[in-house]
Amino acid sequence: MGEYVVLLLLMIDATVRVATPLLLAALAGLFAERSGVVDIGLEGKMLGAAFAAGAVAAVLGSPWLGLAAAVVVAIALSMVHAVACVSLNGNQVVSGMALNILMAGLAPTLAFAWFSEGGQTPLLGPGQRFAPIVLPMADVLAPVPVIGAIYGRISGHNVLVYMAALAVPVVAFVLYRTRFGLRLRAVGENPQAVDTAGISVAALRYRALLCTGVLCGLSGAYLSIAHGAAFVRDMTAGKGYLALAALIFGKWRPLPTLLACLLFAFTDALQARLQGAVLPVVGQVPVQAIQALPYVLTVLLLAGFVGRAMAPKAIGVPYVKER
Amino acid sequence: MVTWRHGALAALVAAGLAFGAAETQAQNFVPAVVFDMGGKFDKSFNEAAHNGAQRFKKESGVDYREFEVTNETQREQALRNMARRGATIVIAMGFAQATPLQVVAKEFPNVKFTIIDAVVDLPNVQSVIFKEQEGSFLVGMLAAMTSKTGKIGFVGGMDIPLIRAFACGYRQGAKHVNAKIEVLENMTGTTPAAWNDPTKGGELARSQFDRGADVIYAAAGATGLGVLQAAKDLGKLSIGVDSNQNHLHPGSVLTSMIKRVDVAVYEAFKTAKDGTWKPGMKNLGLAEQGVGWALDEHNRKLVSADAEKKVEAAGADIKSGKIKVVDYRAANTCPAN
Repeated sequence: MGEYVVLLLLMIDATVRVATPLLLAALAGLFAERSGVVDIGLEGKMLGAAFAAGAVAAVLGSPWLGLAAAVVVAIALSMVHAVACVSLNGNQVVSGMALNILMAGLAPTLAFAWFSEGGQTPLLGPGQRFAPIVLPMADVLAPVPVIGAIYGRISGHNVLVYMAALAVPVVAFVLYRTRFGLRLRAVGENPQAVDTAGISVAALRYRALLCTGVLCGLSGAYLSIAHGAAFVRDMTAGKGYLALAALIFGKWRPLPTLLACLLFAFTDALQARLQGAVLPVVGQVPVQAIQALPYVLTVLLLAGFVGRAMAPKAIGVPYVKER
Repeated sequence: MVTWRHGALAALVAAGLAFGAAETQAQNFVPAVVFDMGGKFDKSFNEAAHNGAQRFKKESGVDYREFEVTNETQREQALRNMARRGATIVIAMGFAQATPLQVVAKEFPNVKFTIIDAVVDLPNVQSVIFKEQEGSFLVGMLAAMTSKTGKIGFVGGMDIPLIRAFACGYRQGAKHVNAKIEVLENMTGTTPAAWNDPTKGGELARSQFDRGADVIYAAAGATGLGVLQAAKDLGKLSIGVDSNQNHLHPGSVLTSMIKRVDVAVYEAFKTAKDGTWKPGMKNLGLAEQGVGWALDEHNRKLVSADAEKKVEAAGADIKSGKIKVVDYRAANTCPAN
């Protein structure tokens, strides 16, 4: 019994680590999509941010400057998307995909030109990345049963994990309790109404994509300077798309999106531990079957339990004022 | 005055001729290498090839052509382009190039091809493979002797027989020292992307450390960098692969299983240049110094004199045939499971 409890606690740890970049990216997508702009370019923005963070942290030696650079780059990419989709009424999927392809090529090319380490940034030393933070009282509480164990799990993550955790209530508050949030939701559902009320649709969407950029920056920086210690080519490995799936799975709402990200991360942690393990009844399961588990589970859940996913009504449609 | 002029002219012509001769020779011999996914600076398999090619360039003064495959569909194209543009010898890095090489080598019967890590049976192809199980056996022994928890780990890249051979040799070595040792084993994925995912590698390593392992062997290309990083972050030990990775995190990388891909590449270029290159299969093990384990100033303190002696003795026994290390690829099973 005790063994299983320990196992579960360790899995929770792994789940949190894997879920963090997904959650940040999914919340980033939430802003864009709630404002009516499809954002398939999360992957590219994360990759660009991961590269900027890795490069700046390596050169200047500070993870905070790396983080700042990541946010700046992600915002810049987000603004490219905004210009193409909001100002020029371009196709939103094409623009997002273009960003993905652009960054998949540009980031390793720049890394190659600047650091000549074959499309990677230099490995970061201990002071150049975000270290785990041990929360106060963690040592004191450790021997206390239950509370000590739980608090021990909460403590010891890096700063971006806590930022991600904090982002959920903050995003929920902004979305449901502020004037900006109300208008944001309205512009994704019925931009004509917002326009009629005398509020600029374009300005609102620009601001939404600004928020998207900030969160994508955090997500990318997590990969290269918090969890990892360098930018490596294609290091996002499809997390941007997975985040988008989590967002749809979570019906474009912050809390369900958090749960979706945790579920994806949990199945990922589970598959790492199930490999080579002998299960009751079935025996040893082939690696391929276990690695397909997260995807199989996703399909099953999407098909069976989620119910109808209601997308923002105006999503994907450029807003053109009637003349 | 006239004589001086003649002399100068003669010298100029001679210099010109010599220059021309050097140029034609350089034109005649064009070595090329096609790296696989992971890239030539993966600090592992491909980088070893890069080092071997660089050594050849430095010693012979002949530059080589290179291409880094970034996409699975590029392999055949890259090999064909190298051959078509007049390469004398093309080195194909990695098992994944075996299939495209089958096609391309037939199209260019006069071009020499050397493939590393796979066997292609054609009259103009030299196949170099390694007895990874032997080197892995030795680092497995070292891991088992160093482990305090009695649990050690293995993180592989893509799940293919080659990587299973690494894992199997490692298990055999560990069990040779401690029959009761527990070996945790994870593969990163089943597609070539598994060579390039350090985030996942780090996560798998953490999961093994969580379960009690204190030494992890990474045979996963650039994914292994994440494993080494996780070991460093958690104050545990890791074992590098292919190139000597001890210097990446001094004091945390216990040792590296070295595959002398650099020597294989260097030898292929050199023999092709002096005309002694031969097609066929080369299977390099401990006896041929094709594999081994790294001991240098970065890991000196981690390896006890006793452990070093035992590993060296086992190495000698493997060479003499007293210890037989089973190759997973022979029957696709591992006796130490």
